[in-house]
Amino acid sequence: MNKQLFLSLLAALMLSGWVIACKTNDPAAQATTGPFTLQLDNVVGNEDLVLKTGRYTNSSGEEFRVTTLNYYLSNFRFKQANGAEYVVPQDSSYFLVKESDKASQLITFPNVPMGSYTAVTFTIGVDSVRSVSDIGKRKGVLDPAGSATAANDMYWEWNSGYIFLKFEGTSPVAPVDATGQNTFQYHIGFFGGLVTKTLNNLKTVTLSLGQQPAVVAENNSPQVTIKADVQAIFGQSTKLSIAQHPAVMVDPYSATIASNYSQLFRYDQTRQLNHN
Amino acid sequence: MRTLQPIALWVSLGLFGLAVACQSGPSTDNVSPTAPNTTIPGSSTGITYQSTPLNFTKPANFPDPVYDLAKNPLTAEGVDLGRMLFYDVTLSSNGLISCAFCHIQGSAFSHTDHPLSHGVGDKNGPRNVPAVQNVAWDNHFFWDGGIKDLDLLPIAPIENPVEMGERMPNVLARLQNSNKYPALFLAAFGSKEITSERFLKALSQFMITMVSANTKYDHYVRKEAGGDMTAQELQGLTLFKQNCATCHAGELFTDQNFRNNGLGVNPNVVPEDLGRYQVTLNEADKRKFRVPSLRNVARTQPYMHDGRFSTLEQVIKHYATGVVDNPSLDPLLKKNGQVGIPLSTQDQEAIIAFLYTLTDFSYVNDPRFGPIR
Repeated sequence: MNKQLFLSLLAALMLSGWVIACKTNDPAAQATTGPFTLQLDNVVGNEDLVLKTGRYTNSSGEEFRVTTLNYYLSNFRFKQANGAEYVVPQDSSYFLVKESDKASQLITFPNVPMGSYTAVTFTIGVDSVRSVSDIGKRKGVLDPAGSATAANDMYWEWNSGYIFLKFEGTSPVAPVDATGQNTFQYHIGFFGGLVTKTLNNLKTVTLSLGQQPAVVAENNSPQVTIKADVQAIFGQSTKLSIAQHPAVMVDPYSATIASNYSQLFRYDQTRQLNHN
Repeated sequence: MRTLQPIALWVSLGLFGLAVACQSGPSTDNVSPTAPNTTIPGSSTGITYQSTPLNFTKPANFPDPVYDLAKNPLTAEGVDLGRMLFYDVTLSSNGLISCAFCHIQGSAFSHTDHPLSHGVGDKNGPRNVPAVQNVAWDNHFFWDGGIKDLDLLPIAPIENPVEMGERMPNVLARLQNSNKYPALFLAAFGSKEITSERFLKALSQFMITMVSANTKYDHYVRKEAGGDMTAQELQGLTLFKQNCATCHAGELFTDQNFRNNGLGVNPNVVPEDLGRYQVTLNEADKRKFRVPSLRNVARTQPYMHDGRFSTLEQVIKHYATGVVDNPSLDPLLKKNGQVGIPLSTQDQEAIIAFLYTLTDFSYVNDPRFGPIR
C-alpha cells in the first residue's frame, strides 16, 4: 500500500515536471511577445487594383490593365520608439506577395517583443546571401523548383536568381504578342552577382508607422496596412513608358524600374486588434 | 533493491516523456544522413535507411574540388539514386528525354550528333551540349556561366522548353507517385518524402562521382604506367603550354574564365548570342563564352558554343588563321598587333596529337556511370 502510494506520487511528480518544463520552454507562454500583422494592399493611385478588368492611366498618359503583380519582401525589422529594434529571424523573413492570392497579402510575424513600434524596414527582393545559398536554405516561397502545385515563376533557372518584382499587363500602346494581345512584361531581378559584379536591384524600404505607434501588448496586437501603388513603378521623375519599354527583364533599364519601385510602398493605417 | 527497480523505471519513463514532449517539432531541414545503417522506426516496408558513406578521392594531380561536399555528403545510395534519375526519361514532358539523352557517355557526356542541343519535340536549343565531367571542380556552368551552384543546375534543362520541357513540380509529383522512387529516397535520405532539395542533391551526388582523370596525359604527369608519350605528343604538349595553357589552364584545362576567342558573328544565329553579357549585362562581356575543359576533347565534337566546328583540325586552324578581330577579342589572341596564334601546320598537328592524349577511355566506358541495368 505504502509502495503504491509512493509510486503514484512519483508518477504525479513526473507528469507535473513534464508540464512545467514544456511551459517554460514555450516563448508564447511567457507573454513577452505577440503577433504583428502587415496587410499589403495593392492599389493604383487612389483606386484599388483589380486584375484584368481595372483600367488605369500611367504617368506617361498610357492606358493599361494589370494581369500580374508579384513581389518578394524580405529581411523585416521593426523599430520601437525607444530605439530598440526587433529583427525577424532570417529563416522566417521571406514572403512572396501576389495580387492574385489574398492570403499572401497578409503577413503575420508571430513573436514580436511587446512594445510600441514606430517604423518597419524591409527589402524588396531576395538578398544576395539567400540568392546564392544552399538549396536546403530555400524552402517555401524560395524553392527554385516551386511548390507542390505550381512552378516557381519568380526564379530565373538559367541565370540563377530570383525575380524580385513581376508586373505584367496589357496596354493599347504595347506590341502584339503571340496570343494576339497587346502585352507588357516587367520582370525585375539581379542581386549584384556572386563572382562577377552585376546590377544590384535590391531596394531597402523604411516606412514610418504614422502618428501613433503600433503597439504589441498582452491582449492587443497591431495590423498595419501598407499600400503598394502600381503608379510608383511607372514613376514621376523618371517615367517608364510602356510604348518605349514594353518588356524589361534582363536589361540595364531594369535599374530604372527598380529605382522607381523603391517608392512602391506607403504606410496607410494601423488597427489595434484586441484579443479579449 | 526490489523496490528501487520500478522507481528507476518510472524515473526513466518520466524523463523520456519529458524529452519527447519538449521537442520543437520534426526537423525537416537536415537532409544529410544522420548515421549509417539506421533503421527508420515505423518503416513498414522493411526497407532500412542504410546510407553508406562514400569517400571522394581527388586525383593526385587535381586541385581541391570547388563543390562543398559537407553540404551534401556522398553516399552509395544517394549516388545510385542520382544515377537512376540521370537516365530517367520521366524527367521530361514527353517521357522521351533524359539527361543522358543529350549527355552521352561515349562522348564524355556531351552530344556529337547535333551542332546544337536537341530536346522535346525535336526542338533545337541555341548552344552546343557541353561535356559532363569533373563538375566538382567547376565554379560556373553553361557557356555563359549563368549557374554557379551544381545543385541548382538540373532545374534549367528540365524547365527549358527546348530541352526537357517540364516543370519541376510535375517531375517531383511523378517521382513521388512512382513505384520505385519513394523507397530509393528513403534509402538515400531517410524518408520517402521527395523534395526538390533531395532530388537535386541526389543528381549532384552522381555527377560529382563522374571524375575523368585517367588519360595518357594523367599517367604521364603522375609518372604511372601507360604514360609514355610519343615525340610528337610531347612536342604538342610543349606547344600547348606555350600557346594555349593560359586559358586552358591547369589540370582541368580551363581557367574557368569567359573570353572572346575571335569567332565571327554566326549569320545563322538570330538574334545574336551575346554569351556572358546575357548573364551579367556588363558591356565588356559581350560575345564572351566560358573557356571549356579540353579533357576528352577528341570525343566532344562539335566545338565552340554554337558547334560551328566539327573537327579539331578546324578548331586549331581557327586559332592559327581564322580569328576575327573585334572590340572584345581576348588580348591573348592579339599580341603585338597580330591577330591569332602563329602555328605552322606541323605545330597544329603536334597539338592535335597531344589533345588526343586527353581522352579517358575508362571514363567513357565506366559501367558506374552508365545506366543501371
